[in-house]
Amino acid sequence: MGAVNLDILLQQILNGLVLGSVYALVALGYTMVYGVLGLINFAHGEVVMIGALSTLSVSRLLHNVFPGLPGPAVLLFSTLAAIPVCMLLGYAIERVAYRPLRRAPRLAPLITAIGVSILLQNVAMVVWGRGYHSFPAYVSTEPFQFFGATMTPVQVVIIAVAIAIMAGLMVLVHRTKLGRAMRATAENQSVAGLMGVDINAIISVTFVIGSALAAVAGVMVAANYSIAHYYMGFVLGLKAFTAAVLGGIGNLGGAMAGGLLLGIIESLGAGYVGDLTGGFLGSNYQDVFAFFVLIVVLVFRPSGLMGERVAERA
Amino acid sequence: MLEVRGLHVHYGGIAAVKGVDLEVASGELVCLIGANGAGKTTTLGAIAALVSPSAGEITLGGERTAGLASFQLVRRGLALVPEGRGVFGRLNVRENLEMGAYHRSDREIGHDLEKVFALMPRLQERCYQTGGTLSGGEQQMLAIGRALMSRPKLLLLDEPSMGLAPLMVQKVFETIQAVARDGVTILLVEQNARLALELAGRGYVMEGGCITLAGQSAALLADSRVREAYLGE
Repeated sequence: MGAVNLDILLQQILNGLVLGSVYALVALGYTMVYGVLGLINFAHGEVVMIGALSTLSVSRLLHNVFPGLPGPAVLLFSTLAAIPVCMLLGYAIERVAYRPLRRAPRLAPLITAIGVSILLQNVAMVVWGRGYHSFPAYVSTEPFQFFGATMTPVQVVIIAVAIAIMAGLMVLVHRTKLGRAMRATAENQSVAGLMGVDINAIISVTFVIGSALAAVAGVMVAANYSIAHYYMGFVLGLKAFTAAVLGGIGNLGGAMAGGLLLGIIESLGAGYVGDLTGGFLGSNYQDVFAFFVLIVVLVFRPSGLMGERVAERA
Repeated sequence: MLEVRGLHVHYGGIAAVKGVDLEVASGELVCLIGANGAGKTTTLGAIAALVSPSAGEITLGGERTAGLASFQLVRRGLALVPEGRGVFGRLNVRENLEMGAYHRSDREIGHDLEKVFALMPRLQERCYQTGGTLSGGEQQMLAIGRALMSRPKLLLLDEPSMGLAPLMVQKVFETIQAVARDGVTILLVEQNARLALELAGRGYVMEGGCITLAGQSAALLADSRVREAYLGE
């Protein structure tokens, strides 16, 4: 292998950032729920999928009713319609599937989460069919030059929106009364209750916010790959879960960093695995890297990169 | 202010509290003393709706509390400083105090914050330090200050002296006294019987889930059974 081509390196990092932005948004949903309930909500990936598919349906409708509406506006309005759908779904999942099991042994809600995930996949299959839907290029996917690399406008939008949402979430969690109550609840539910916090309301809010992020992430993936299908949430969900574990599950900053990092690792891995193995492995091994990272983290640093950094004295 | 009648609490099949009656009148400082495992913390937990009683009735300010959750009791003027303090270790001192005022939306929260800082200057110095980095005594002060931020009518304190150095215990008790003088009704649970009885006007002695003795503090301090069992004489 000769000198590293900087243009290609930049390209891989940019691709990784786009991918990582999506992982980060989804990972936030996992980590917030884990923070307040100690539960891995395995149905979260399916909320992403429902977000993408409902956006697709609404956008088709909008396009038929208002044929003159510009693409970005169609995408914006249909995403804004899909967000409350996912929020409602997230609320319902917690209310119906997890709340009755609040005091059950840990395995019960975990199995329930997997059950909800399968249920949602099947519902989506009935509603939207088994096939792949092409997701129209409402935001241009026409590439442009960015230094030595190429980017598409949709990728720029993805990164910008993800950054804005993450910043907004940080402000919410660290600068508002609601955020303070969320952090207090995550740390000690019964004491938060003694402060007058309605724990059930906070848990619902947590699911609702996570689901809103999932809806946006779903639209991003669909727009970036121009494709959506009932199964798209599964692997994406697992990878975002990996990102959350990588960053330190329960830690918001960790989920963001873990998501971006995982995206870049995947992108670099897929880009260079061919060179490194002399062509033995190709870029279709992309998915392997995420799970390789998961295993390495679980073996060497189970608390994640940013987990357990708080010193607590008696 | 508070009335507990025939309170029973079971953990699974084990009875932790077996028919407790107690009352605290408005403006009183009453203590509940007893050995480890006597059921004192469970009694407070039942009053604050952290555990659900299997029998009995609790009234707070004339209103029965059955069916109300902890967070609803806070709005009715109840504050509990739990055993082990329950400070939010990842929130800073100021945020911890603000959590105490969570159910309030009036304009006097800032004023009350100043009052707590005046009462506990140490907390002001550590305003932006996270709760987890405070010493045990500072955490106890923070927990009491946080409870005061809710403007409680009735303050329940669970073992405020636990794990603290003697000098710090003294400071904490001085603070409790100042709070009582301010007109807050207090029910104090303590293992340190002498300190508690010296501070409180009245006391209850709890043993094996039952109240075995009750009376004015001076009488209890003079009682031979109390002296033998709890004052080490």
